[in-house]
Amino acid sequence: MLRSYEDLPSTPVSLQSTEDIMTGNWRTMRPVIDEEKCIRCYICWKFCPDMSIEVEEADDFPTVNLDYCKGCGICANECPKDAIEMVREE
Amino acid sequence: MAKLPLPKEEYLYRGHAACPGCGAPLAMRYTMKALGPRVIMNVPAGCTPVIGGVWPRTAFKFDMMDHAFESTGAVSSGIRAALDAKGIEDATVLGWAGDGGTVDIGLQALSGAVDRGTDFIYVMMDNEAYMNTGIQCSGSTPIGAWTTTTPLGKKCEIILQRKKKIMEMMVANGIVYGATVNVAYPEDFVKRVRKATEYEGPKFIHALSPCAPGWRVDTAKTVEVARLATQTNMFPLYEVQGNEYRLTKTIKERKPVSEYLKTQGRFRRISEDMAIKIQAMVDEEYEELLRKVEQSKG
Amino acid sequence: MIEIITSNYAAAYAAKLSRVEVIAAYPITPQTSISEKLAELVDTGEMDAKYIKVESEHSAMAAVIGASYVGARTFTATSSQGLALMHENLIWAAGVNRPIVMPVAARALSGPWTIWSDHSDVISERDAGWMQFFCENNQETLDMTIMAYKIAEDREIMTPAMVIEDGFILSHTVEAVDMPSQEEVDDFLPPFDPEFKIDFKSEPRRYAGVLAPDWWQEHRYRRMLDMEHSKEKIVEVERDFERRFGRSYGGLVEFYRCDDADVALVIAGAPTGTAKDVVDEMRDRGKKVGLVKLRSFRPFPGEELVKLNDMVSMVGVFDKSYTMGQGGAFFQEIRNALYSPDGVPIKNYIGGLGGRDVTKKNIELIFEDLLSLSKKGKVDRIIDWVALKGGPRRWE
Repeated sequence: MLRSYEDLPSTPVSLQSTEDIMTGNWRTMRPVIDEEKCIRCYICWKFCPDMSIEVEEADDFPTVNLDYCKGCGICANECPKDAIEMVREE
Repeated sequence: MAKLPLPKEEYLYRGHAACPGCGAPLAMRYTMKALGPRVIMNVPAGCTPVIGGVWPRTAFKFDMMDHAFESTGAVSSGIRAALDAKGIEDATVLGWAGDGGTVDIGLQALSGAVDRGTDFIYVMMDNEAYMNTGIQCSGSTPIGAWTTTTPLGKKCEIILQRKKKIMEMMVANGIVYGATVNVAYPEDFVKRVRKATEYEGPKFIHALSPCAPGWRVDTAKTVEVARLATQTNMFPLYEVQGNEYRLTKTIKERKPVSEYLKTQGRFRRISEDMAIKIQAMVDEEYEELLRKVEQSKG
Repeated sequence: MIEIITSNYAAAYAAKLSRVEVIAAYPITPQTSISEKLAELVDTGEMDAKYIKVESEHSAMAAVIGASYVGARTFTATSSQGLALMHENLIWAAGVNRPIVMPVAARALSGPWTIWSDHSDVISERDAGWMQFFCENNQETLDMTIMAYKIAEDREIMTPAMVIEDGFILSHTVEAVDMPSQEEVDDFLPPFDPEFKIDFKSEPRRYAGVLAPDWWQEHRYRRMLDMEHSKEKIVEVERDFERRFGRSYGGLVEFYRCDDADVALVIAGAPTGTAKDVVDEMRDRGKKVGLVKLRSFRPFPGEELVKLNDMVSMVGVFDKSYTMGQGGAFFQEIRNALYSPDGVPIKNYIGGLGGRDVTKKNIELIFEDLLSLSKKGKVDRIIDWVALKGGPRRWE
């Protein structure tokens, strides 16, 4: 825990990752994947700038990590099967 | 059998601070998937330091350093010299700068590094303006594009400057390998960066990377618009080995440039006449590229 | 072994003896022969280092910053316009704790063009966060460059250092220099071993990064502490050096024949040797004059200099630079350090600008002026330009 100048490293280096920054709260639109339409081509995974489309195991359907998804909508736009719909956050 | 189209490993942490729909983290994902973790990346002023998070955090899972705006080429040479001095042979030195940091303020150091024959890969992340400071015209801004310093209002002419032909400058400067890549073509992107690692000496990757607020496009459309840049020959994909040019993406049915221009608010003020002129320029430049490709075959 | 060499060669040999691993250099008068000598030493294999031929001084500094992160001991050298061009990266180097050592063959800043010596280049960088050591002669350039690595690379300090030698007056003048052996220097100066470095053994890190207002001030406070710690370290390293090599220079400040002096002159760099001669001659004539050699300007030795209040009745400060609108930089800071309601009067002498000789006669007249003012108990004018054509007749 950083409280004082004494806690700083002797030279300015990073100490932790950005994973505690929940960029999901930037979002106004949320992607919803329709598994009926999804052909698991993973194009959505490929084009997600925020690594928020996740594929756990081979052949799994992609899922959206809403902690980090910024709701840009590239996944929905690029999906060749229109299997992703952008839904307004309540 | 479903299979991931790219290597699975990620070298960026989630929670990075890129704008929604930004091309830069895509370019970095693809670059790092190609290179793996034994990389030292060095980055000048631009969007990337911000994307990487505010201290004490970092969004990068590899060694990386920030430095002054002009210095990417020089810092890269310094890192390589130190690696050589320490006998570390299998690490990649990766200079990573924006278009302003490359074609404008960083050009001198980049030219020096290429001239010195520094063994490194330089990726120019081209979003075609100074986006981090709020969309100012750079030497890589395309003809006719609105920026905050080319407002294209009543008293300003539409700018007629062409993008600096940075790849040709680099080829003349003496790079051993060069390639244009586009975030809309990730498989090709990864392939080209991998290929760069096969050469010893200075390698130059020119990556087109859209900026939703700067290009005035919807965040969902950035990849689509970037793809159009290649489909219309605004940004053809090719590689250069020594002096040999080769197309890496052949577009079967070339789309008219107007299709690219009309997708983006930054080109909104372009008249039909101007669009025709731009089409002619794009055709001319593409013909020139094809001539080089043909000469290389001969 | 005694070698007859210039101060520039002394700096180059010091880099070799310090086993510098990465050198980046760009030519500029009067520094050039340092980088030429090093190129030759690397080329002949006498020195095992990587030599980067950069395209500017800005890039020279950038390159050694990059190399330093990989744990290499780094070296560059410059002068004048080159130092000014480096400015941005000087501040980077200090802000991210890169212990680069850089001799500066001090030269006036243009325009109009001048290639001759004064201290205006290094004084312009006094706020860059670097240690700044002024050398009196070629031996001190060699010794101080080696010592500078030991001070700069200390884990408690990790701060870059300029070793300042007056252009031409030292840089191109040959003197006898006692060259220590490689074994002796190896024993004195261990390899560079920073706490954080890129070696692919520790976890990957981001160096520098973006510091927001919530931590920037603390970051600056840490750099301030680094510089403050260096004051003790400079003295400690010099004691160690003296024990091994039999030479010492008095720490941050050397008080020369000040013990029973009525007046003292503070001076830095090459004119110090001339001034010491003048002091000796005037002492022979019974004049109670003393000299204060300012060795370290950054860190600033305020605690040492304040002793002058109790030692003498009049202090002069000689500056080889002038800060427009204010006066000499040494003078401003020394007056601040000495300030108290019953502090000693203090006067500034400006001279030696743009290569003008600082003669024994000049120094003697300064001492005569100080002695006469000390009787009056106050200064006539705060700043005098020494030997100014059309200036006060006292310099004739």
